[in-house]
Amino acid sequence: MSSITANILNVVGILVFVVASAAMLTWVERRMLGIWQERYGPNRVGPFGILQVAADMIKLLMKEDWVPPFADRFVFVVAPTIAMFVVVAAYAVIPMAPGIGVIDLNIGLLFFLAMTSLSAYSVMFGAYASDNKYALLGGLRAAAQMLSYEVFLGLSLMGVVMLAGTFNLREIVLAQQEQWFVIPQFLAMLLFFIAGIAESHRTPFDLPEAEHELTAGFHTEYSGMKFGMFFIGEYVSVLLTASMMVVLFFGGWLGPVLPPLVWFLLKTSILVLLMILIRGALPRPRYDQLMAFGWKVMLPLAMINLVVTGVLVLV
Amino acid sequence: MTATTLASSRGSSARAAGVVADLLKVFPDLQVQNTIDDMPTVWATRESVRQVLACLKRGLSPGYSMLYDLTAIDERVRANRRGQPASDFTVVYQLLSFERNGFIRIKVPLRDNDLHIETISDIWPNANWYERECRDMFGICFDNHPTPYPLIMPATWHGHPLRKEHPARATEMEPFSLPDEIQDQEQEALRFDPAKWGMTRHGDSTDFMFLNLGPNHPSVHGVFRVALQLDGEEIVDAVPDIGYHHRGAEKMGERQAWHSYMPYTDRVDYLGGVMNNLPYVMAIEKMAGIEVSDRVKTIRVMLSECFRIQSHFLFFGTFAQDVGQMSPIFYIFTDREMMFNIIETITGGRMHPSWFRIGGVAQDLPRGWDIKLREFIKRMRKNMPHYRSMVLNNRILKQRTVGVGVYDTATAIEWGVTGGGLRATGFNWDMRKQIPYSGYQNFDFDIPLGINGDAYDRALVRFEEIIQSLRIIEQCLDHMPEGPYKADHPLTTPPPKERTMRDIETLIHHFVHESWGPAIPAGEACTPIEATKGLNSYYLVSDGNTTSYRTRIRTPSFAHLQMIPEMCRGMMVADVIAIIASIDFVMADVDR
Repeated sequence: MSSITANILNVVGILVFVVASAAMLTWVERRMLGIWQERYGPNRVGPFGILQVAADMIKLLMKEDWVPPFADRFVFVVAPTIAMFVVVAAYAVIPMAPGIGVIDLNIGLLFFLAMTSLSAYSVMFGAYASDNKYALLGGLRAAAQMLSYEVFLGLSLMGVVMLAGTFNLREIVLAQQEQWFVIPQFLAMLLFFIAGIAESHRTPFDLPEAEHELTAGFHTEYSGMKFGMFFIGEYVSVLLTASMMVVLFFGGWLGPVLPPLVWFLLKTSILVLLMILIRGALPRPRYDQLMAFGWKVMLPLAMINLVVTGVLVLV
Repeated sequence: MTATTLASSRGSSARAAGVVADLLKVFPDLQVQNTIDDMPTVWATRESVRQVLACLKRGLSPGYSMLYDLTAIDERVRANRRGQPASDFTVVYQLLSFERNGFIRIKVPLRDNDLHIETISDIWPNANWYERECRDMFGICFDNHPTPYPLIMPATWHGHPLRKEHPARATEMEPFSLPDEIQDQEQEALRFDPAKWGMTRHGDSTDFMFLNLGPNHPSVHGVFRVALQLDGEEIVDAVPDIGYHHRGAEKMGERQAWHSYMPYTDRVDYLGGVMNNLPYVMAIEKMAGIEVSDRVKTIRVMLSECFRIQSHFLFFGTFAQDVGQMSPIFYIFTDREMMFNIIETITGGRMHPSWFRIGGVAQDLPRGWDIKLREFIKRMRKNMPHYRSMVLNNRILKQRTVGVGVYDTATAIEWGVTGGGLRATGFNWDMRKQIPYSGYQNFDFDIPLGINGDAYDRALVRFEEIIQSLRIIEQCLDHMPEGPYKADHPLTTPPPKERTMRDIETLIHHFVHESWGPAIPAGEACTPIEATKGLNSYYLVSDGNTTSYRTRIRTPSFAHLQMIPEMCRGMMVADVIAIIASIDFVMADVDR
């Protein structure tokens, strides 16, 4: 009985935590960017503007649930649901600390890859269903970008799998007790980080929604909570990428003195802040440059990393 | 300084006489008109004008390579036209020769019952838009024009706004109403037809997609529209559409008194602030015969350079933003805010102080005016290297902009490109150096040049210009001459206040100039300046009245936008944004 209660607490707790912290991230990002850009950011609602999230949520929820008459209604509604669902589902396999985590899958890593692949559908469906030229261009870019970077995302992880000898994320963390994988797999860490940003299509890989070219890209026609789901989905995906990096390369919850969960959250927050900083710093490459970078730089590097790791493991 | 100014003006009028003599050898029938601004002015006929223009461009050596401006004047109610050929509508061409450092003005008289003239868009491609504008505004028909459609005005518009009989105020017209059937007609007229824009729906093997970029789009800097013909993400053709920002600034010039038109000029290039006042007041001062003191000239230069910095700041920030870099604009806006505070302490206004006056400036510099400026210069000396490494040395930004939107010097001149866009091609021509005005010859500064004429070089040139403007301001700080801030001349508006309460003559002057405004002697003048975005000038025609008879505003951005298709073909959608960002235009400066 108590184990069932614990499980439910685990599942609901993590779900609430993930969604809530993703929502909070919108505030964190705006505040941090504000500080780095010599301005305040949202500081009016509540102490330090922390209730800005609540205000935004109220605004989004109160908006008319509008579907454009020219849109493909069913697909239009399904797309943001997928966006939200896949990233939250992928978070289920993340082991946050011993005993904290939704599910402990043998193939946790594969499950993560499968779920992130699915997220390409949400963008494509959203773009297709909108029947809008800007959305269409955004959708095309997104499809090409996400499919390409999916490849390097997967390949960059295989080195870790070889070293740990398992697809189980909990065991991968435990395998890092001697040494974090970031040291032998530094290159893989960088590749995964880049591919992860591309997967969550954030600057400098925000081409699918490049504001200055495509107004809002694939979600041009979305408003209200449907837009909110794309938006929160993006931030969950940021959280997911950061958590995944912590698990795979930075020893998960491992660390001295502080409780495991605190270590996990601390490491994750630092990586999230790094992603926000990158957004503040870099311009956006062009679509063809992005693809060329992927296939001509990322792919060979991922391959080399894989081969070298393989040789070292065998020897 | 007065001596050098006189010498240079004598030199230019001698050169001007040379051109006219050369021209008269080939075309003995031309009639010469003397204008107050020393710009050689000749009258051609409708039949001969194409040959005259072609001769000026290619026949003379050195030739007049740029069509600087093309406009018209409704002459029907003009009183003071002594010695000029009979004309109801006069088409005016202004050409610029970089080798001669001079302009020439060709006029063609047309009669009311026969408003036809041959197009010159085959001689200069940039005549295309100018002629369409003329057609909209005056109803002059340019025969054989390649795209004879309205440009500025809506296709459904009746009447020609710059004709004298067209009302200038809404209150002079019938109350506005929009019945359903008219609304349907208006809607129908907006329907997009690629053929009218010179584009086709289908290629040999593909169907094209038309993407309507603007008039409301985050990156078009105002209400500007480009219709893109796309093959995938590649641009087959791009056709700009302007006129959404047209406010009839030229028409208002004919309605407002000379003095009270000043605030309108600020809002033409709305980032240029008082720099817009400069060509306007200089043209009026020329007609009125006012010579301003060195102090006035230096104050004007200093504030103009302040606004050049402001405009370039905004350009630089939005340029980075448009290629996806989020932060620079925020840092730059902090600096920009500091500068606005300084401008506010000096002029009392921020973006549009309208601070220059006919014959001077509104007030003398306040006590301690230089302290904050010095601080600002010190701060910018420290910040500029940061901006350079943050934006110009960024590799992704270079990838996005180097080799994008390239044109060479010849193409630029052909299309009427001036300012930073011209200097980015490596062509060393800056009005401030070549035909100095307002005392620019006394300053020590360099002209930054680009090499490739691409989007990156255009940004680089403007970035370096900020540094040079700082140098000029510093010299103003160190060597501000003493003297009156207003010329002692009866037409100075408003007149110096000190004596108004002492004798009746000046009191009357003051009253008349404040209420009706000054009556400027009949004549024509045009004094181009190197404004923030290129060459800007006011071609003013006075009929000896308290208002201008014709105010023609030649703006640089108008010419620059016309070149967009030239730069965009074969590029990607993202490149269009980089190209648009690199042009540095504001729509008010295009549509006026």
